[in-house]
Amino acid sequence: MPETPLDILRRTAQLARLELTDEELARLAPQFQAILEHFEVLSSLDLGGVEATLAATELEDVKRADDPAAGIERSALLRGAPDPRDGYLAVPKTIGAAPRTNAGGGS
Amino acid sequence: MSPLRPDGDDWIFEASGTRWVPVIGLEVHAQLATRTKFLCPCAYEAGAQPNTQVCPVCTGQPGALPQLNAEAIKLAVRAALALGCDVAPRSKFDRKNYFYCDIPKNYQITQYDQPYCTGGGIRLASGRFVRLNRIHLEEDAGKAIHDRGDVTLVDLNRAGVPLIESVTEADLQTPEDAAAYLTALREILIYTGASSADMEKGEFRCDVNISVHPEGEEWRTKVEIKNLNSFSNVQAAIRYEVPRQILAWESPDPADHPVQETRLYDVAAGVTRSMRKKEGEADYRYFPDPDLPPILVPAAFIERQRSLLPELPAARRERYQRDLGLSEYDAGVLTLQRAVADFFEATARLSGQPKEACNWITNELLRALSGDEIEATCIDELRLKPFDLSELLGLLAAGKVGGGAARQIFSLMLTSGRAAGEILVDLGLEQIDDEEQLSEWCREALAGRASVAAEVRAGNLKAIGALMGPVMAASGGKANPTRVRELLLRLIHDAD
Ligand SMILES: [Zn+2]
Repeated sequence: MPETPLDILRRTAQLARLELTDEELARLAPQFQAILEHFEVLSSLDLGGVEATLAATELEDVKRADDPAAGIERSALLRGAPDPRDGYLAVPKTIGAAPRTNAGGGS
Repeated sequence: MSPLRPDGDDWIFEASGTRWVPVIGLEVHAQLATRTKFLCPCAYEAGAQPNTQVCPVCTGQPGALPQLNAEAIKLAVRAALALGCDVAPRSKFDRKNYFYCDIPKNYQITQYDQPYCTGGGIRLASGRFVRLNRIHLEEDAGKAIHDRGDVTLVDLNRAGVPLIESVTEADLQTPEDAAAYLTALREILIYTGASSADMEKGEFRCDVNISVHPEGEEWRTKVEIKNLNSFSNVQAAIRYEVPRQILAWESPDPADHPVQETRLYDVAAGVTRSMRKKEGEADYRYFPDPDLPPILVPAAFIERQRSLLPELPAARRERYQRDLGLSEYDAGVLTLQRAVADFFEATARLSGQPKEACNWITNELLRALSGDEIEATCIDELRLKPFDLSELLGLLAAGKVGGGAARQIFSLMLTSGRAAGEILVDLGLEQIDDEEQLSEWCREALAGRASVAAEVRAGNLKAIGALMGPVMAASGGKANPTRVRELLLRLIHDAD
């Protein structure tokens, strides 16, 4: 069964951890569909002879030396966070709630 | 949990007339030993106060731009060369998109279809060759802490630390294979300086992929196991998971069969458990990172790095046995840490006495390091250097000092950092060789011990110990025991 625009929207929202109400889903589905259709137009172009543009510049091999530099104060970081606690950023309990990547290890 | 037992060393399981073969692959994430993070100049040290090693780049602030750490590339290339991989002359970075609190940008920078190296592998002591499929560079995630109350706490210090992720082919079959591979890989990373690979600090982390299939049939669904923070956990998880899968396949109900999933190893219970069902997984929507230009690794750079590689532990062990006549066990102990092996080689070279150098290092020196009489906990911190130990070995070989005195001098060298010869003179520990003096003590010992002398004369050479003791005591332990023995024997036989 092909995915309906609503299915695609639901899945995308889920991946982005967005909770959408049924009303929001109903309103956004046609807009989302329009965006996807636009990409289909782009996809239909014959670009067989064109090399992919991976970046806006043609720079290559830009590296820096391994020298430490000061970052930002913790207080500055935490000021931008909704729920700082004991120097940490507190977020809703997430264990097991997300697709985990291989990085981070542990739980 | 299961009555299943492997049939022999090759770890094939017999169950209801079917021979089941386990297939195991390993993925290892190792933090590179750089001073700063992968894409920003934050210093990183495990155990620092939370969120104190951060900047706009590694906390995902809008508009912040990443810049590659040249040292990370260099260390990654070194590890690749030591593992016999082919380093790509050019590779790029991709975004792996997922939303989780430990990854502030909502994507991880990694390498998807162009890893910086492919191929290579490790030959285990058992002879089995474990092939590497690839190694790629990526950034670490922050830490999410779930056991403090009703929220998850996030520390972004680790976010952005450079990692290499190495992925083997499914060439392993037993828990022992897995432990041997991980030990060897860890050793190589430490030797090349690519990573400190301290498991307790999370610098070396492994995931295991396991499937089982009836012998001769096609491979079946593989299961990934995470949360393995020690080699013994890796082994225990494999020992649990393989029989679990076999029993699951043996079920007549297909709903019981193993499914492709991620399981966590529960250390306390000794079992693997399915992670919550994850909808929409594997939809990482990889695409090339537009902020990071591709990296180039020219052939000249590769050759330069190759020439800087140290001799690897397996090669050293072989050479120590072959050229220096050490036992397999001693060669193993010496090469466990590169610094110890280097210390041994320098001492052996300076003293010309590899076996003695080995004995002093494996017995006295490593014991002192693990004890608490001295502050140093690793060989590099010692005030005693290879030159100092070789000097002591020289004094021993020349008979200037006896075994007991040498140990006394050695422990003073460790605590004071002073030279052996100096301590020897200061404490008056020089061995006494003077024949007249020694003969006098020997005659004193023989006086009144005629029965002992008679026993020795009758052929019981061990009895001479009863005469050596008084001589050594008279000399304050400084008499040269070899000379004393010779003199005693001569005096006893001369009396015939
Ligand atoms: Zn940073």
